[in-house]
Amino acid sequence: MTFNKRSLVSTVAIAATVLATGTAQAEMSDDAVRIGYLADMSGTYRDLAGPGGLEALKMAVEDVGGEVKGVPIEVFSADDRNSADVGANTVRGWIDQQNVDLVAGMVASSVTIAVTKVLEEANGLGIVSGSAASSITNEHCTPNHIHWVYDTYPLAHGTAKAVVEQGGDKWFMLTADYAFGHALEGDVTRVVEESGGEVVGGVRHPFPTSDFSSYILQAQGSGADIVGLANAGSDTVNAIKTASQFGLTQTGQQLAGLLIFLNDVHAMGLEATQGLLLTTGWYWDMDEPSREWAERYFARVGRMPTMVQAGVYSSTLHYLNAVEAAGTDDAETVRARMAETPVEDFFARNGRIREDGRMVHDMYLAEVKSPEESTGEWDLYEIKSTIPAEEAYRPLGESQCDLVSQ
Amino acid sequence: MMATTHPLTPAMKRHRRARQRRGALYLALLGIGLVAPFVAYPVFLMKILCFALFACAFNLLLGYAGLLSFGHAAFLATGGYVTGFLLSSHPGLAPEVGILAGTLAGVALGLVFGALAIRRQGIYFAMVTLALAQMMFFFFIQAPFTGGEDGLHGVPRGQLFGLVDLSSNLAMYYFVFAVFVIGFAIVQRTVHSPFGQVLKAIRENEPRAVSLGYNVDAYKLVAFVISAGLAGLAGSTKTVVFQLASLTDAHWHMSGEVILMTLLGGVGTLFGPLVGAGLVVSLQTQLAQSPLGNWVGVILGAIFVICVLSFRSGIVGEIQTLIRKNFK
Repeated sequence: MTFNKRSLVSTVAIAATVLATGTAQAEMSDDAVRIGYLADMSGTYRDLAGPGGLEALKMAVEDVGGEVKGVPIEVFSADDRNSADVGANTVRGWIDQQNVDLVAGMVASSVTIAVTKVLEEANGLGIVSGSAASSITNEHCTPNHIHWVYDTYPLAHGTAKAVVEQGGDKWFMLTADYAFGHALEGDVTRVVEESGGEVVGGVRHPFPTSDFSSYILQAQGSGADIVGLANAGSDTVNAIKTASQFGLTQTGQQLAGLLIFLNDVHAMGLEATQGLLLTTGWYWDMDEPSREWAERYFARVGRMPTMVQAGVYSSTLHYLNAVEAAGTDDAETVRARMAETPVEDFFARNGRIREDGRMVHDMYLAEVKSPEESTGEWDLYEIKSTIPAEEAYRPLGESQCDLVSQ
Repeated sequence: MMATTHPLTPAMKRHRRARQRRGALYLALLGIGLVAPFVAYPVFLMKILCFALFACAFNLLLGYAGLLSFGHAAFLATGGYVTGFLLSSHPGLAPEVGILAGTLAGVALGLVFGALAIRRQGIYFAMVTLALAQMMFFFFIQAPFTGGEDGLHGVPRGQLFGLVDLSSNLAMYYFVFAVFVIGFAIVQRTVHSPFGQVLKAIRENEPRAVSLGYNVDAYKLVAFVISAGLAGLAGSTKTVVFQLASLTDAHWHMSGEVILMTLLGGVGTLFGPLVGAGLVVSLQTQLAQSPLGNWVGVILGAIFVICVLSFRSGIVGEIQTLIRKNFK
């Protein structure tokens, strides 16, 4: 049981500070910058963010010397167990009891949306690194959070467009039968049709599914060149494994995974995933600065970082730099400062934070290497092309976000 | 008045002493409940109370009627979604109306599930309830008003009776506490009524209850509906507190969790579910923020195994046995 005394004392302290400083900008609240890392630490999404993301966050804190403007940076973390109410409660507790200044991590979209509502109410600040849903900065946008790494818009647009351009214009959609799958399927269908391709068929599977054989057989019989996977996590992994067992890629069809992480490919192995096209926000082996950071990460964790883990580092560093520059950890001031500063580091190229909270940056189209091409355990992707930042994400003109002036 | 003039039999004295002790215990707990938000974090306490109410509802069925429902999450989620949907689509609607609607939805669903499930016994009963709850889960995933995977967010807490602003955690706490006390009182009254006696008789020996002329199915159905209604009440209250309703509440894990809470605390005891819910929620909260965060499931599982193997009547059940042994 946690006692409330501390928050009472700090509330009084804050009140006293505010009174004492009067109109002058409040500086560091309660003499520390507190970062809470919220993620799935034990479940389905553990490997794509999880403890590795926390380690990346700690690296960022260490890289600025563990303090900003002379006050220490405190880091704490919690497992949201992919449950919206656990996540929202944890963050509410952090705000009420621990004066958290930044909430980082955030993976499952349902948790993220719940948490951002809490942040909005309390006027806090959050940076979302793990979630996919583009609605986070669309209909669910708030002035209190930023979405950093990727979302479903570039996933659908990047992969689908590139595939059609490479000649794959007859699609079959394998879709997880719930909101996320439907949205992704809708986006992909639109992109395919706009680029001159057609969707010749599709099937929706329950979420989650372990036996994909009947769906893969339908896909094989559909006459499509491309089988698009509008699902995620274990569903994608199971579908790809089944497709590999049924020799789908050997018979001339190609898979297009719309949401695939490095750890998924690593877990399934190249034999099953070779030739898969995917869109990623970052890849550890894409250039020298990325490799350099990834090697440091590898030395600590023993695995290569996913784009989410790299994004946690990048976003935390950007936040801490903004705090340093602004001289305060006040959420609104820091958020404004972060948006003023372009994001340019090993992770983000041509990055900037838009008014809807979307951090747009270059995205990459990658192809999974074949076992013969790969030279090591983690040598998994080949970057085919770059999708420029301004084209990758949903244009502000199409935005339903209230913060965007139309 | 007559009783005081006659000498009391030892059995009557014992009974009266037991009643006084119970009254004192209730008063003490009520006092603790009233002071608690000044000592501990109110949101955390509200979470415990909501789950405790849910576990009490479940315990009424398992502990007193001997029916193991493996689908109670469906009622919790239905209450939550109905309340959440009503409150967020009709801004300004009083939260008590939303909660009432959620509870009624739980009752209605309980009537349907109950009518189907009580035709079977034992493991078949459990499987039927599980199957029906999974159907509800599928419905909640597909229905447009629930937000699917994303859930229903930003449910306003609103003004209680148009007077009390529930956005303050303290006001919200006392409201939840009152709801819990009412729910607990309903369970307590049900258990100690002649109706409850019949339920216990059915639990102990169903054929005998039938041979005595009781309409066993009707009794079971009423117990099922009361339990479902209280679970709906717990879900509705939870939605107002946390301002969201999500699929977590509808998932079968939730049905399992409430069994864990009830068994850990002590099935068939009035306070068992409260203790069990308090323990499970505290463990989850504390472990999630500790370095043992990855091990929440394993630790809860280990505790459950130890509990089932070594103290089967649960924490409160064991304490009761101890008291009975040592303080006659």
